[in-house]
Amino acid sequence: MPYWLEVPIKSFPYLLKGAVTTLEVTSLSVLLGLLIGTFVGMGRLSRNPIFSRPATVYVEFIRGTPLLVQIYIIYFGLPSLGLNLPKFPAGIIALGINSGAYVAEIVRAGIQSISHGQYEAARSLGLTHWQAMRYIILPQAFRNILPALGNEFIALTKDSSLVSVIAITELLRAGQIVISRTFQSFSVYFAVALLYFVMTFTMSRMVRWVEKRLAIP
Amino acid sequence: MSEILRVENLWKSFGKLTVLKGVNLTLNRGEVLVIVGPSGGGKSTFLRCINHLEKPDRGRIMFDGQEVDESKVNINQIRSKIGMVFQQFNLFPHLKVVENLTLAPIKVKGLEESEAMEKARRLLEKVGLIDKIDSYPSQLSGGQQQRVAIARALMMDPDLMLFDEPTSALDPELVGEVLDTMKSLARDGMTMIVVTHEMGFAKEVADRIAFMEDGNFVEEGPPKEFFKNPKNPRTREFLSRILNV
Ligand SMILES: Nc1ncnc2c1ncn2[C@@H]1O[C@H](COP(=O)(O)OP(=O)(O)OP(=O)(O)O)[C@@H](O)[C@H]1O
Ligand SMILES: [Mg+2]
Repeated sequence: MPYWLEVPIKSFPYLLKGAVTTLEVTSLSVLLGLLIGTFVGMGRLSRNPIFSRPATVYVEFIRGTPLLVQIYIIYFGLPSLGLNLPKFPAGIIALGINSGAYVAEIVRAGIQSISHGQYEAARSLGLTHWQAMRYIILPQAFRNILPALGNEFIALTKDSSLVSVIAITELLRAGQIVISRTFQSFSVYFAVALLYFVMTFTMSRMVRWVEKRLAIP
Repeated sequence: MSEILRVENLWKSFGKLTVLKGVNLTLNRGEVLVIVGPSGGGKSTFLRCINHLEKPDRGRIMFDGQEVDESKVNINQIRSKIGMVFQQFNLFPHLKVVENLTLAPIKVKGLEESEAMEKARRLLEKVGLIDKIDSYPSQLSGGQQQRVAIARALMMDPDLMLFDEPTSALDPELVGEVLDTMKSLARDGMTMIVVTHEMGFAKEVADRIAFMEDGNFVEEGPPKEFFKNPKNPRTREFLSRILNV
């Protein structure tokens, strides 16, 4: 077997471990992003500027700055303020905060897509604002925005490669480590790309499956 | 007869547009009041002020001895006692019929799920839709959806029911079934305020008819007099218009 082929095959288990780390980092960031995005998305729609102003500032700032810079701020910048985060939490928080801004915009559009009559019907039955959100508005909104959320999660999977810069050995960094020992850039990077593709392709299929399952008759 | 609702000097504006101009009304338990009037006269706004879906600018609303005002009482508790039926039904499309009915009683009144189910069955039986219990709203006709919406409101044991043009969005052949449901409700003694253009219904069921125009009640009375000898020229004009189409 030629060396260029032997390297990616032999180091496959190692790359796979990196891919698992990528999935771990991504899924935790997705959860954090969803949590932040749901509340910020609702906040942006609030009539009370105490909620809507900070939500808008957050969304605009995050979307207007590079993710790489955000990662640097959280991992290298915060320690100078006395807040030392280990690399894993730092990476997840940076990705989650970043994704939260995009999710917030998606959630906002999702809530706006539900007719106001739904909210009024819920309130007229005596449900509180939060109950109306929780049981009536958000479940419908999330169904509508599932495809957009799916795209966001796929984007986040790819963006998670950026946390390699703070020495988290996810898929990209695992590949780089293999290359530094073997100098087989092309075949190893190609294997890395393939693994990313398998992950994102599976995710897009899963989103479609969930979409079908949750579809309202 | 005991008073259930009293509205005193109710004002409401949207920006520069004043929609309600000092409306007064009293309603006794078991009464059916039908409100008619031209488009834009403020009928919907008036209904929506009663349960504070719209916040009045001025005036007082007393419901069952309590002032309807978010800063003074638990508005959710009051709303749960005032059923509302909308022109567009507003069923929750992601929930089955039975879930549409049981959600609020469970979450607002703390009913056990089994109790709520029992009650939902009884009410669906009553509106003739027990076989649709596990359907989704989109699988029902408009008339069926509106009957489910009525049952949903009844689940909270309301003391007052508000109907805002409940049949206006329906195909003509589906209007009857909804009106029949409302008639049987009236026969059972429910207190109702109904905004509608269905004059047949008004004649048959209403204890009083009130004509609302330009933000106030212009004339009101029992249906017979109202239709026979409308005193106000505006009322006369309106009636001749809708009765002759
Ligand atoms: N949320 C709102 N914001 C601004 N204007 C409103 C709002 N709701 C109602 N209006 C205006 O208030 C006026 C009265 O509306 P309302 O819906 O109460 O009339 P209506 O008597 O129910 O008429 P219709 O028979 O057409 O339903 C209309 O001119 C309407 O455009
Ligand atoms: Mg109206």
